[in-house]
Amino acid sequence: MKITRSEVEHVARLARLELTDSELDTFTGQMDGILAYVEKLNALDTEGIVPTSHAVPMENAFRPDQPAESIGVEAALANAPLRAESFFRVPKVIE
Amino acid sequence: MKYQVVIGLEVHTQLTTNTKIFCGCSTRFGAEPNSQTCPVCLGFPGALPVLNKQVVENAILAGLATNCSITQRNVFARKNYFYPDLPKGYQISQFDLPICQHGHLDIEVDGETKRIGITRIHMEEDAGKLVHADIPGVDDSCVDLNRACTPLLEIVSEPDMRSPDEAIAYLKKLHQIVMYLGICDGNLEEGSFRCDANVSLMPVGSTVFGTRAELKNINSFKFIKQAIEYEIERQAEILDDGGKVIQETRLFDPNTGTTRSMRGKEEAHDYRYFPDPDLVPVLIPDQWIEDVRATLPELPEAKRARYVAELGLPEYDAEVLVSSRELAAYYEETVALFPQAKTVSNWVMGEVSRALNEDNNRSITDCPVTPPLLADLLKLMEKGTISGKIAKTVFDEMYKTGKAPEKIVEEKGLVQVSDTGAIEAMVDEVLKNNPAQVEQYRGGKETVFGFFVGQVMRASKGKANPALVNELLLKKLQS
Repeated sequence: MKITRSEVEHVARLARLELTDSELDTFTGQMDGILAYVEKLNALDTEGIVPTSHAVPMENAFRPDQPAESIGVEAALANAPLRAESFFRVPKVIE
Repeated sequence: MKYQVVIGLEVHTQLTTNTKIFCGCSTRFGAEPNSQTCPVCLGFPGALPVLNKQVVENAILAGLATNCSITQRNVFARKNYFYPDLPKGYQISQFDLPICQHGHLDIEVDGETKRIGITRIHMEEDAGKLVHADIPGVDDSCVDLNRACTPLLEIVSEPDMRSPDEAIAYLKKLHQIVMYLGICDGNLEEGSFRCDANVSLMPVGSTVFGTRAELKNINSFKFIKQAIEYEIERQAEILDDGGKVIQETRLFDPNTGTTRSMRGKEEAHDYRYFPDPDLVPVLIPDQWIEDVRATLPELPEAKRARYVAELGLPEYDAEVLVSSRELAAYYEETVALFPQAKTVSNWVMGEVSRALNEDNNRSITDCPVTPPLLADLLKLMEKGTISGKIAKTVFDEMYKTGKAPEKIVEEKGLVQVSDTGAIEAMVDEVLKNNPAQVEQYRGGKETVFGFFVGQVMRASKGKANPALVNELLLKKLQS
């Protein structure tokens, strides 16, 4: 086994996903298969090779520190399910 | 049992760039909620972040000033967690390749120098702000995303500090440096310089660190000290009772001076970092580092040493004058015009600082008595046009009106009297009016001399040249 049921449960919780027992079984099996497949790469000798972080051969894309127009409060809040004055309104957060 | 405290600090400094780290929205403080937002900082799907070049330059500057090595291949990573102030569900940060590493700062506590390691400095975006707004009928939390995507440098120290005083000394030094560099406005209350403290205890003599608590929400140097002191007490009590300290995040409450557990954020410690595919790597060639190095200002430590070695100032003066870059600049500008280092230092630390303090802690950059004006005043004093005492009166008038010292001296008739005849007349008058004291003096009680000087100065309204007064008095009394 490359991944356990409880690990899948943990990852689901971190992603705020609620899974039923049967879903957990299904995904555990599927993810195990995926990991086993990817594991084949470990057969290669990657000693001294810098891990690939990006798929595109590009670097140093910068923006000068010059202000651009913002979109405005109304546009920002247009898709918000709830608002209060100029704020996004969310369920009460208790720290 | 006796415990040794071990402290490591994480400081978030908000950079003074005009725009956010990944979009062109303004970073100005205090605007209408959500008015400084766009698809990038709101985390709208499909929006692409583009890195603000100034952030990289500021980070290199901070690294050079704290003796770090600069990482030449940088990658941004996503730090995944859910919180209502984080619109994307991840924070763009750096993980295994931070821009600066392996630095240090030397601090001084009780006359001893100690080196505090800096593990890393990395670039990241800030989250938005959760507000419990006072809006009638709204008991929910409110989110303002103006701050979301504001550039931060997170500066992480090694767990090298062994007392609250060392922690404060390190923080003050770091604060001074980022202010000197001009990359952070240093405002603790507005959250431009935020500190989290990792605090743990171990038995004295041990080398194995205990379990730490991470203290958050501390926005003044005083509170940092309070929070650490409280935490030492709390953990010592647990350990004394045979209990175990739990690794957790604790919130400092400035009203009670205590810390309390922050349950909400506990589960999120598994951040599942991975490289952000939206941002390409940042390569920093040697030349870029050298170009930034060339813009490094003289830092407080070097400045202080130079004031002592080259200007001959006492350590104390040097320390006070370099406390802010602006004060040091004011001092240096004045000394350039009136090259008597100690005299200028006395005036800057004395009259100038006093006047600013009394004026609601006005900033030195805003001082009505500018360096050229102060230098002119000191020149008048040096030439003997006015006495030191009168100079202080003139200074106060200059501070109030912004007028040139010559003009004030002329308008108020404050020119020092160095006319021997005029002073002699006053001396004669004073001696004539105080025969008893003259008798005492001649009888050997020389301490009354000061009395005569005072009387003559009063008669001249402080304008008589004190050296001449002394000379003439002596001559008359001994004749």
